[in-house]
Amino acid sequence: MNVKTAALALSALLSTAAPAAAQNLNLRVMAPASPGGGWDQTSRAIQTVMQDEGIAKPVQVFNVPGAGGTIGLAQLYNSKGDGNLLMTMGLVMVGAIQTNSSKVDLSRVTPIARLTGEYEVIVVPASSPYKTLGDLATAWKANNALAFAGGSAGGTDHMLVGLFAKAAGVDTKKMNYVPFSGGGETLAAVLGNQVAAGVAGYGEFEAQIKAGKLRALGISAPRAQAGIPVPTMKSQGFNVDLANWRGIVAPPGISGSQKATLVAAMDKLHASKAWKDTLKTRNWTDLYMSGSKFDVFLKLEAVRTREILKDIGLVK
Amino acid sequence: MEAVTSLLAGFETALTPMNLLWALIGVTLGTLVGVLPGIGPALTVALLLPVTAKLPPVSAFIMFAGIYYGGMFGGSTTSILLNTPGESSSIITALEGNKMARRGRAAAALATAAIGSFVAGTIGTVLLTFAAPAIAEVAVQIPPSAKFALIMLAFVTISATFGSSPLRGLISLFFGLTIGLIGTDLQSGQARFTLGRPELLDGIEFVTVVIGLFAVGETLYVASRLRKDKASVIKLDGNASMTRDDWRRSWKPWLRGTALGFPFGAVPAGGAEIPTFLSYTLERKLSRHPEEFGKGAIEGVAGPEAANNASAAGVLVPLLTLGLPTSATAAILLAAFQQYGLQPGPLLFVTNADLVWGLIASLYIGNVMLLALNLPLAPVWARLLLIPRPFLYAGILVFSTVGVYSLNNSVFDLILLAIFGVIGYGMRRFDFPVTPAIIGVILGPVAESQFRTALQQSNGNPAIFVQSPLTVFILLTVLAALVVPAVLKARASRRG
Repeated sequence: MNVKTAALALSALLSTAAPAAAQNLNLRVMAPASPGGGWDQTSRAIQTVMQDEGIAKPVQVFNVPGAGGTIGLAQLYNSKGDGNLLMTMGLVMVGAIQTNSSKVDLSRVTPIARLTGEYEVIVVPASSPYKTLGDLATAWKANNALAFAGGSAGGTDHMLVGLFAKAAGVDTKKMNYVPFSGGGETLAAVLGNQVAAGVAGYGEFEAQIKAGKLRALGISAPRAQAGIPVPTMKSQGFNVDLANWRGIVAPPGISGSQKATLVAAMDKLHASKAWKDTLKTRNWTDLYMSGSKFDVFLKLEAVRTREILKDIGLVK
Repeated sequence: MEAVTSLLAGFETALTPMNLLWALIGVTLGTLVGVLPGIGPALTVALLLPVTAKLPPVSAFIMFAGIYYGGMFGGSTTSILLNTPGESSSIITALEGNKMARRGRAAAALATAAIGSFVAGTIGTVLLTFAAPAIAEVAVQIPPSAKFALIMLAFVTISATFGSSPLRGLISLFFGLTIGLIGTDLQSGQARFTLGRPELLDGIEFVTVVIGLFAVGETLYVASRLRKDKASVIKLDGNASMTRDDWRRSWKPWLRGTALGFPFGAVPAGGAEIPTFLSYTLERKLSRHPEEFGKGAIEGVAGPEAANNASAAGVLVPLLTLGLPTSATAAILLAAFQQYGLQPGPLLFVTNADLVWGLIASLYIGNVMLLALNLPLAPVWARLLLIPRPFLYAGILVFSTVGVYSLNNSVFDLILLAIFGVIGYGMRRFDFPVTPAIIGVILGPVAESQFRTALQQSNGNPAIFVQSPLTVFILLTVLAALVVPAVLKARASRRG
């Protein structure tokens, strides 16, 4: 390197370091899924807001798809001590670790924050005889073969049907869950009257519910949600509370101060107006939780997921 | 007539200079990614999503639609010229198209593909304009048992159609079906044939199989014979455009391909592949020149290409009216709608009429642009074949590798690509047709999941396959396709 370029590099370094300490932070965010999916969208929304608000610059998003995110998780585990790397993850990954018997689990990485989520709804076709969740549960108890459609086996939708079965007193091993590879196919199966009921995130059914083609019987939220005219499962006597949440983790082996920096950056992101606007346009529910609270939540969620997956017979 | 007024308003939106520019950018980009194997319209739109977040939704969707249609146009180019399908829906085009190219008729093959795509795309868009809600209502009613029967029909007709003997076709098909079994079982969530490798849990990406068997296999085969065969220099037909005879032989396949492709696109889990397979078989049966099939029959290019473009229009029917994505690209488009806080579905036509009709109008415009872009380019593209083979195939190898690597950024995929390349070489060397294997990989998992879903609905009672009249009708057709040729053969030999 000659003197001129060295001087240039030095001045560049100084000028970026000058304005504010936080702007030193440059980040790489791994979306452990293909472009376009939920984790990818979350990662890119984080990228946009962090850069626009000057929380971190530059923020780079990259995709490591495969196996419910566990391939990305293994890669994160191998980047020990990297304080500039984040990975988007969520409940689906907690489940995939169990069903894929992944070698790396979430106790081996550094939890940073839970960001957003979406509650699940149980819907029936508009022409269905079931008017309430109680009607559906009664019919289900009488006929365990009642078909429920949802996403892939072991995913959030499957877990919800399992939790509903337990709350309704139906044998989880006998339930007839019909998995489809995409949310669209679940919708088609319900609209086409090919199953008794369907389960997915509220967003996937929203248009059809508002148009009156589907009847939403219950939502898996702990309390009624603003703007969502669907009664909670709890209010109908079924003690089910499940959110398809998404969060952020960092590699293992980062220092306490590195972790604090990352948590602070997420706190700042969450407090910004740009993030609130993003939540609104995307219809994401704010489920923010960071620091030690999220550490505990993650542990509890892993235990609960394992239990549900055992009940529905996917994990031994 | 309400649709006409709305459509005219849509043209007003789509014909502003800015939106025309976005449409042009879209179709150009789409054609490019269609040409490159592995990189498809789905990936392109997904990567553009964050970039377009600041555009007005109408402009963004006009560009996305251009990319989508453009990808369908462009996919045929490499199929015809290099026997390397850029998209799964143009696999069949490679069969006759590449043979035509080797006979020096590349430009005519490209032209019938381009015009056929235009005709099918336009008819499909007209159907989308006037009949979308009605079609969508019917499409979701098709039960899994009928979809399973349709795939059986594709399997039976295909393995009998390809290769020097039905046995070789079947072996190739079953090889593909086996590859399709690898990965996590959708119904039970259990891993199958993954050898403990997490990379295999999602199954083998069919693009890797397609590029390995076709492009890499072909390259190895050509390389192995380079010194043996006297390089057959391909002479380009002086007359680049289609002859009167070509037109006469193409227009019916275009229309039949459209009739097959559009409804398949509209059906959930229908896709663009099955109609191209069926169209090829149909044209082969109906052709007055059946002896030309396998040697470069223009009908075998015209029909499947029309079918794949019509299905692209069909896919938009359930997407816009029900919010139901039936293909990978449609799923990404759905994500694009959600990025703008829009939810496709029955209310979209009411709440965002200008967006929907602007998008539909832009499809008409995009089709015209694509024709204008592709037709004059056909003779230019055809000159690619004049590149000396070592350079040409080295180029194919580079593009294939980049394409596969870009899917998951994974070295493991490149190892798979090499393995399938060697298998593809072996299949060519020992005269096994490659196409049935690809069809097995693509349709096998769909067939399995439809079969098991049907049985789950009936709680394990196989009678579900004879309860729907549609399913029974298709299954009887399958039976006829199996039995009739054998009976005819037996009769002929008895007489002779």
